[in-house]
Amino acid sequence: MSIVTVQLGQCGNQIGHEVFNAICGDVHGTHGLCSKKENESYHDACKERFFSEEESEVPVARAVLVDMEPKVISQTLSIAARSGYWKYDDRSHFCQKQGSGNNWANGYSVHGPRHKEVIMNLIQKEAEKCDRLGGFFTMMSMAGGTGSGLGAFVTQCLRDAFPTSFILNHVIWPYGTGEVIVQNYNSVLTLSHLYQSSDALLVHENDVIHKICAQLMNIKQISFRDVNQVIAHQLGSVFQPTYTAESGLRYSRNPLGDLMETLVPHPEFKMLGLRNIPQMPENSLAYSTFSWPGLIKHLRQMLIANAKMEEGIDWQVRPPHLGSSIPTSRSTNKPLHFNTSIANLVILRGKDMHNVDLGSFRDPSLYTSWLNPRDAFNAWKTPRAFNKYEKSASLVSNSQFLLKPLDSVVGKAWNMFASKAYIHQYTKFGIEEEDFLDSFTALEQVISSYTIL
Amino acid sequence: SLSLFPFAVGQCGNQVGCRFWDLALREHAAVNKKGIYDEALSSFFRNVDTRSGGDGPDIYKGKICSLKARALLIDMEEGVVNEILQGPLRDVFDSKQLITDVSGSGNNWAVGHKLYGYQYQEDIVEKLRKTAEHCDCLQCFFIIHSMGGGTGSGLGTFVLNLLEDEFPEVYRFVTSVYPSGEDDVITSPYNSVLAMKELNEHADCVLPIENESLFDIVNKINQMINSGKPGSTVKQNSLVTSSAGSAKTVQEKPFDAMNNIVANLLLNLTSSARFEGSLNMDLNEISMNLVPFPRLHYLVSSLTPLYTLADVNVPSRRLDQMFSDAFSRDHQLIQADPKHSLYLACALLVRGNVQVSDLRRNIERLKPSLHFVSWNQEGWKTGLCSVPPVGHSHSLLALANNTCVKPTFIELKDKFMKLYKKKAHLHHYLHIDGMEQSCFSEAISSLSDLIEEYNELDATKGGPRTDPPRLKIAV
Repeated sequence: MSIVTVQLGQCGNQIGHEVFNAICGDVHGTHGLCSKKENESYHDACKERFFSEEESEVPVARAVLVDMEPKVISQTLSIAARSGYWKYDDRSHFCQKQGSGNNWANGYSVHGPRHKEVIMNLIQKEAEKCDRLGGFFTMMSMAGGTGSGLGAFVTQCLRDAFPTSFILNHVIWPYGTGEVIVQNYNSVLTLSHLYQSSDALLVHENDVIHKICAQLMNIKQISFRDVNQVIAHQLGSVFQPTYTAESGLRYSRNPLGDLMETLVPHPEFKMLGLRNIPQMPENSLAYSTFSWPGLIKHLRQMLIANAKMEEGIDWQVRPPHLGSSIPTSRSTNKPLHFNTSIANLVILRGKDMHNVDLGSFRDPSLYTSWLNPRDAFNAWKTPRAFNKYEKSASLVSNSQFLLKPLDSVVGKAWNMFASKAYIHQYTKFGIEEEDFLDSFTALEQVISSYTIL
Repeated sequence: SLSLFPFAVGQCGNQVGCRFWDLALREHAAVNKKGIYDEALSSFFRNVDTRSGGDGPDIYKGKICSLKARALLIDMEEGVVNEILQGPLRDVFDSKQLITDVSGSGNNWAVGHKLYGYQYQEDIVEKLRKTAEHCDCLQCFFIIHSMGGGTGSGLGTFVLNLLEDEFPEVYRFVTSVYPSGEDDVITSPYNSVLAMKELNEHADCVLPIENESLFDIVNKINQMINSGKPGSTVKQNSLVTSSAGSAKTVQEKPFDAMNNIVANLLLNLTSSARFEGSLNMDLNEISMNLVPFPRLHYLVSSLTPLYTLADVNVPSRRLDQMFSDAFSRDHQLIQADPKHSLYLACALLVRGNVQVSDLRRNIERLKPSLHFVSWNQEGWKTGLCSVPPVGHSHSLLALANNTCVKPTFIELKDKFMKLYKKKAHLHHYLHIDGMEQSCFSEAISSLSDLIEEYNELDATKGGPRTDPPRLKIAV
């Protein structure tokens, strides 16, 4: 089954491009340290998911590029074509001239309806190219105007036009200290709207990835390209082919469906976080060896301590025992917040992953009580190594990972809303104070739900 | 193409405009080596086929034939515009873009706004529509003018009104030169306050400029160049005040240096809309992020660097210095003190080889010394454009919405009241058709209201911060 990617706005298009690069790089770069047959199966499965074969020799990404200004798409198309390994379909893009001005209302209420037909036609065309449509992967940032506003509108249209298809939104959480002053407004409006139409939101936080670039990748002058490449690597580690329990001897053909089934048991809980280890500069890889028990141990502690990366993990956090009090830190005597999960998915790529002991992830104390612990955890595997990492482990988690960032964004937006600053910029395009209030209410509900897990 | 459309109105406006077009051509020539008419060029220039003599049709792709500025030059005296048409920029404009008269506005806002406004309205609208027809998509109008005189101030703000009526969805940015302390035009307070009302009500963003600041920058540069210190040789074309490398070959006039600074401001302001980068910033984004309440749209601008030393490789330390300089008063284009006032919002437009980590490092470093309003504690809007200005490896334009503009407006009000109380020179205005006493009282009232809005915000500075209680959800 194939996934149609919709890249929205500058961020969505820049990252989308890096994702296809990472996927292609993974497939062509190495033989994945596995058998030729295995490698070929992997290659075929990957191609089916992300690329279509056309008269051109080069695989064509199953993607639609949308932006309200032309510069980014123009660059993206030409850089991709120059790679020689893959390209976009020359006709699968739509752009305008004037941008959305970082205004969610402009993206949602003006550009959305105005260009709905053209955009949906392009998406429909891509969907029809698929033998079997596995769903949609939309990529956007929350901070700006196009990805956020137009992205929310397009997601709604996707839901209306494809009521039974899976929709996964990849959402970029902006840096806390601003890229855009009205980013918190745009974020609140985006999240509340996506929650209604999307099946799940897979989130990457710029601050977190930036730290990974600085501390793990040792990059000195970090550019957006560096950030985007780390994100692309992490996404590739989730979406490249794997064997799920159901698929048995063949690579799973329904990645989005599988993801939703394992991670989103209840529509109130749609926020997914992603962790991927190990992460290091390429030239260090040759000198590093990894063990599965080591990786699993770290990944599990990252989950329960809500560590954003493999460095600085708080090992004092422990899962609560039923009936006991909340554990406190030995040094500060403050309660240690334990990250409660609804569901988790671990993905292992590399040799000898067959016998890896994942029992520690099945510990019921990691999970909220209203779900059967057996259903709360899943593992996908492949012996085929990913992107030069001899062994890598990813965790996609529906847990309290994003509770604090969500609460922070809502808090800041509310603070600004109380003073009515910038509201005239939104009402100008048809988003009224009541619309804001509806969004705030919806998100406070989500925050509350995740808090009482 | 996405078009940006400047209007130069009045003597000052046209002098700055002239420098702007010249430096714009210089900037595009530096980037566009193959002579292809590209998207970036098309924002400011049309490409016209003049091979068969005269003005042919527009050429949208391919080689550059003849570049014509998308602009209107308006002046009620012929001197400056004539000079432009006889100078090296003569082929960049055609007569259809000019609106001139001979006798000037006598430093009288009413003459500019009511008299010439009425007289030239049709002409302006027609020429505006014609020039706009050649633009695929208009993003923004720029008006460049001065506040203290008659044409730039009066007719300039008339044009502002016209633009809102004819093209309500296109943003209106105004670069306004405010009268200096030793201004020799007696009626400049009247003209300025009358113009302010129009700016309050019809401009999306205003960038106030003060001649004293420009003058100080010119002096600072001259001192540096003439200091004879070792290692102080500058790259001529990097000077924010210089015309080096542009089409202008005659001896530089005294105001050229100051006007070049304003021209560079506009080039930097529009750079991210014209050239690519990892974090684009269009003009509509500037308006969106920097204007929290409709009338509070006056932005303090500062430009750095003012020059590049000729033989220095720029280490990261120098890069951080650029950010510090942007927050130093030496680099501001108006005399104000943002550090001791309240920031409502701040934008940083960076050009050249600067990455997001450089931005973040410097924001973290500078933030603690700046006071931001309680509801916008992290209010930064940032842009990264890959193409640096001519002669530099990188540059920074900072735009701040800060209550420090209040003293400028208070001073303007005081000067106005001094004249108005004595009814000095009022008759020159009131005898113009359409001009009444109420124009004056409404104008001063508008300015007072604006000052009051800033006062209310200033009152919140340094007060205890209590966040408003969040919505409670029934569980």
